[in-house]
Amino acid sequence: MNDSQAVVTAEHSPELRHHFADMEQQRDASTLGMWLFLATEIMFFGGMFCAYLIYRRWYFTEFAAGSRSLSIVLGAVNTAVLICSSLTVALGVRAAQTGKRKLLVILLILTLLFGLAFLGIKGVEWAAKFKEHHIPGASFHFEGTELHGKPIDARHIQIYFSLYFAMTGMHALHMIIGVGIFIWLTYHSWKGRFTPEYYTPVEIAGLYWHFVDIVWIYLFPLLYLIDLKK
Amino acid sequence: MSEHILSSKLYYGIWITLLILTGVTVGAATVDLGPFNTVVALVIASLKAVLVILFFMHVKYSSERMTKVVIVSAIFWLMLLLVLSLSDYGTRFAG
Repeated sequence: MNDSQAVVTAEHSPELRHHFADMEQQRDASTLGMWLFLATEIMFFGGMFCAYLIYRRWYFTEFAAGSRSLSIVLGAVNTAVLICSSLTVALGVRAAQTGKRKLLVILLILTLLFGLAFLGIKGVEWAAKFKEHHIPGASFHFEGTELHGKPIDARHIQIYFSLYFAMTGMHALHMIIGVGIFIWLTYHSWKGRFTPEYYTPVEIAGLYWHFVDIVWIYLFPLLYLIDLKK
Repeated sequence: MSEHILSSKLYYGIWITLLILTGVTVGAATVDLGPFNTVVALVIASLKAVLVILFFMHVKYSSERMTKVVIVSAIFWLMLLLVLSLSDYGTRFAG
């Protein structure tokens, strides 16, 4: 009995949980579980996108006016920053697969820097909105009164900004959680916990990061680029 | 195989494509296409999302079929939410 157990444990990777047959099955189960979680995340953001699309159709003039008050340059730079961070994550997973510990740590730190740069730029944009009194509420004020000859209703433009802050706010919260996960990941990568045989946390944290990137890929054209024609 | 290791070159290629598509979506927004501006923006965004899902998230090379079932189901539920809601609100008196 003791002998046979010893043989089995000798063959195991220490990271293999005993209810899995082998490492590949364990990795596939983790990936599947992560995708199930991401499916719930798609529905969570989907509700906000649905509200956005309905109101955008109703109050198009106000949505266009609100969209024009955002900085396209900052929005586009942030999109590029997130795409770069997705590249460093993808290359990081590859470094984990090929067992390059130092490269993995460097790529994870780069990802963290890109993530923090994104949040910093987002903070600058929010601060500008705060100064311009574009936060929905009692002190809300919008300069324009018409766009393309159509009148702007201040109540309707507050709906645009409510959705803007709700959607970019929930996205930023996901980014902050992502930064926390990647700090944890960097620490354990530095300690050498991840090997070509076991890198599941890197892989599924990467899935989360890419998902948050995809949400922004939709948010950028929908919030910043509604109606730019002259 | 879930262990399939993609080449770095492929990742760099996807990265460049995503950056170019970001430029295209900004450019397309300045052209007056009427109601098709929204459609073009959503098509380009979806193209970018598909590239990220297939290559960065390794779905193209995943051996686990259940993962693909979950992804397709999630997109189906999202479409139920969006298409049914919008076909309702879209055919009503606005405002």
